[in-house]
Amino acid sequence: MRKARTTCLLAALWLGAMLLPGHSARADAFADLASPQFGVVTAAISTLATSDDPQAGAALQALGERSLFAAPDGSVYIRHGENYVEARTGQPQVSVPEGLKPIRLNNRIRTALAGVQAGRDLLAPQPATRLRAADALYARHDPAMLPVVEHALAVEKDAAVRTRLAEVRAATILGQPPAPDALASRLEAVRALGAVGGAQARGILAGVAGSDAEAPAVRREAQAAVSRIDWHLRAWGVAQNAFYGLSYGSVLLLAATGLAITFGVMGVINMAHGEMMMIGAYVTWMVQQAIRASVPALEPVAILVAIPVAFVVCGALGILIERGLIRFLYGRPLETLLATWGLSLILQQAVRSIFGPTNIAVQTPGWLSGSVAVGGMDITLNRLAILVFAGLVLGGLMLVLRRTPLGLQMRAVTQNRRMAALMGIRTPRVDALAFGLGAGLAGLAGVAVSQIDNVSPNLGQSYIIDSFMVVVFGGVGNLWGTLAAALALGMGGKVLEPTIGAVSAKIAILVLVILYIQRHPRGMFPVRGRGVES
Amino acid sequence: MNPFSTHAQRSLRGVIWMAVAVMVAAGGLAAASLLPEGNPLHASAFVVSLAGKYLSYAMLALAVDLVWGFAGILTLGHAAFFALGGYAMGMYLMREIGARGVYGNAELPDFMIFLSWKSLPWYWWGSEHFAWAAVLVVAVPGLLAGVFGWLAFRSRVSGVYLSIITQALTYALMLAFFQNGLGFGGNNGLTDFKDILGADLHAPLTRAVLLVVTGVLLAASLLAARFVVGSRFGNLLVAVRDAESRTRFLGYRPEQAKLLVWVFSAMIAGLGGALYVTQVGIINPGEFAPANSIESVIWVAVGGRGTLCGAVLGAILVNLGKTLFTAWLPEFWLYGLGLLFICTTLFLPNGLMGLWRHVRKPPPEEVTPEVADTQGDEA
Repeated sequence: MRKARTTCLLAALWLGAMLLPGHSARADAFADLASPQFGVVTAAISTLATSDDPQAGAALQALGERSLFAAPDGSVYIRHGENYVEARTGQPQVSVPEGLKPIRLNNRIRTALAGVQAGRDLLAPQPATRLRAADALYARHDPAMLPVVEHALAVEKDAAVRTRLAEVRAATILGQPPAPDALASRLEAVRALGAVGGAQARGILAGVAGSDAEAPAVRREAQAAVSRIDWHLRAWGVAQNAFYGLSYGSVLLLAATGLAITFGVMGVINMAHGEMMMIGAYVTWMVQQAIRASVPALEPVAILVAIPVAFVVCGALGILIERGLIRFLYGRPLETLLATWGLSLILQQAVRSIFGPTNIAVQTPGWLSGSVAVGGMDITLNRLAILVFAGLVLGGLMLVLRRTPLGLQMRAVTQNRRMAALMGIRTPRVDALAFGLGAGLAGLAGVAVSQIDNVSPNLGQSYIIDSFMVVVFGGVGNLWGTLAAALALGMGGKVLEPTIGAVSAKIAILVLVILYIQRHPRGMFPVRGRGVES
Repeated sequence: MNPFSTHAQRSLRGVIWMAVAVMVAAGGLAAASLLPEGNPLHASAFVVSLAGKYLSYAMLALAVDLVWGFAGILTLGHAAFFALGGYAMGMYLMREIGARGVYGNAELPDFMIFLSWKSLPWYWWGSEHFAWAAVLVVAVPGLLAGVFGWLAFRSRVSGVYLSIITQALTYALMLAFFQNGLGFGGNNGLTDFKDILGADLHAPLTRAVLLVVTGVLLAASLLAARFVVGSRFGNLLVAVRDAESRTRFLGYRPEQAKLLVWVFSAMIAGLGGALYVTQVGIINPGEFAPANSIESVIWVAVGGRGTLCGAVLGAILVNLGKTLFTAWLPEFWLYGLGLLFICTTLFLPNGLMGLWRHVRKPPPEEVTPEVADTQGDEA
């Protein structure tokens, strides 16, 4: 309350001073800043704020930064590091009087300074600065600032700033207590704010709608505006959630395609798949470090270099694992599962021993950070990039499976291993390459995940169960099934999240998938044909 | 058909030997713990609770061996049943604290007061009675296993698919139990127990008795499991494991056989969990972690799948190794465990029991793993 009164007083003073011709008090205003009476100080602040003295702004800024000093004789100095400048003249001082004391601030003065700053910025020459000041005032919608806003609106030329200022004015008017003679202006303000929308306008309007002091016509109008805004907010909220779901679905897709391919071709679940992702993320980090050390100019595109490197490293590791371990466990898928689990423990511990157990900082290049606002939702660029990347990877994989001899052989082995072998396909070679391809895809997923998640030796663990769910939900040997399952699980989780919470949503999804598997034991898109049951 | 499991079915002697050995070891250790401090044979409270933990784990391993070794169901979620049994017993132990908790409330456990609960949720009713807790210890895991198994086996979910959804089951339970709103202490779980049936849980005599009880119950479970797999029903189980479709075509109902053994196994696991909680003194959601379930599978694999005795042996040996390893070379334990998984599956498909039998009497030539593998969809 006191704060509001101060601002009110200050704004009135400021406006009054501005409308007065000439600035008679200016000569003393600098000295008044050092006054022990805070009332005198605030008056001096408003005097300086409206003056055209080029030194005034610097003095006020110094006051806010606590680098304004007063000498016993009443002169005021600004300190720049070690040197002092006379505040009134801007002259550098070689020697300053003894007994300099910093000028103290209290909340009243800080509020006064903030108001002055906003008021000054509203009249700044750059439209961008004016717009920012209007935004700040909109967030405060302090009734005391109404005269300032109206003055600024009267002199404003820029159309965008005018619109914003009109909104600020509407919000500020509604911030005032209702008066019987202000009905028309308040109705107009409600309509203006209703058209703006957003959570802040909704808050103000809801206050108006619920206030008993308000005229019934204004309250009705405000109520209607609130429900309109609510509808908009809900619609954008759904869109935002859909984007999050899509984004999580694309991460799941990247993580699960490799798993689905090895499971489809060889019938084995690779429990070390998550660790392949983890290694992909560490490869990204190493590539970034190497490029920073050798060619710093290329640092922004290090992530693009990391993509093929991670694919090759993880793919080679995958082939090594298949040749060294998996092939000895042919026809025993459950034992393979246990062996790859053991392998995942070893890989985790190895990475922990080499790189340490803590998170490493994978850089997000500038062109991938930040977000764009689309209507009422925020699209973060790194998530958007992963979405696109997942699409590209899926497309590339489709091409490999449909257009290359290896893809043809892999599909043949998936459908009927024995028949494929009889047709002359070297199934052990296909197995090794399929496993390598799956591991390479996990490496790509690792590159993507490194941009949105913590990279630590435990990274794989947090994705592996969700990836399994995608594979069993979608059915094996069908990329469309994997795609559908990844998007369904990603979206499903995010749609449930706002109503029942993140963890409950995860539990609900797991239970739903478990129940679904009971109805459709081979997933959504099962492989059909004679080879399946053999 | 796997030669070793049939051997386990035939040889009652080995199981009885193992049961007696377990009881003698538990009894001996319990007696040693009651000797005065200075005696060279004195067993410390730490050793006694460690032994109790191993024997509880052995019951979990036994449960896993029943379904994996004899019905071919590779479960990656059996720790869920173990932990549920533990929570059922933990509820009773929490209520036994009574007014001695930090907040001194005779009715509500400390964590509920901390979360400002006003009354006990319905599922805590009756938890102050030991008998009811004893029923819950086997009934809750049995019921969950019954519902899950009925759904899964009826729709013929098998092989890797079944493994994955058992893992999802325990993962979902872990997430649920981490939540404070569920009424089981959230992150911290249930702990700070004071006594059981009026006896101080920290007294050497109580600990000794608990160890003996664990040994006896493990021996009894071992014999019960042996009875099940040695019966005609056990033959059916092995038939289902080796050739499920063929068994079905012969007119049997594989899903019913699997469901029965699955529920029985879950109950043994729950009992193991209850014994674990009394001796370790804490149960928290970490026990549901999928990694725990997978670890219990490797105990069975190390000891020898489908041998019952091997499961008990494997659980004790691997956990002993873990205790020693983590004390001496903590950072190398995961390497060791990982290598254990790989080497056991690669070089010791029948575990230590298989090795032992192989040394004593090499298996007959005509039964090779390939013969068994061409039959069913299971490994």
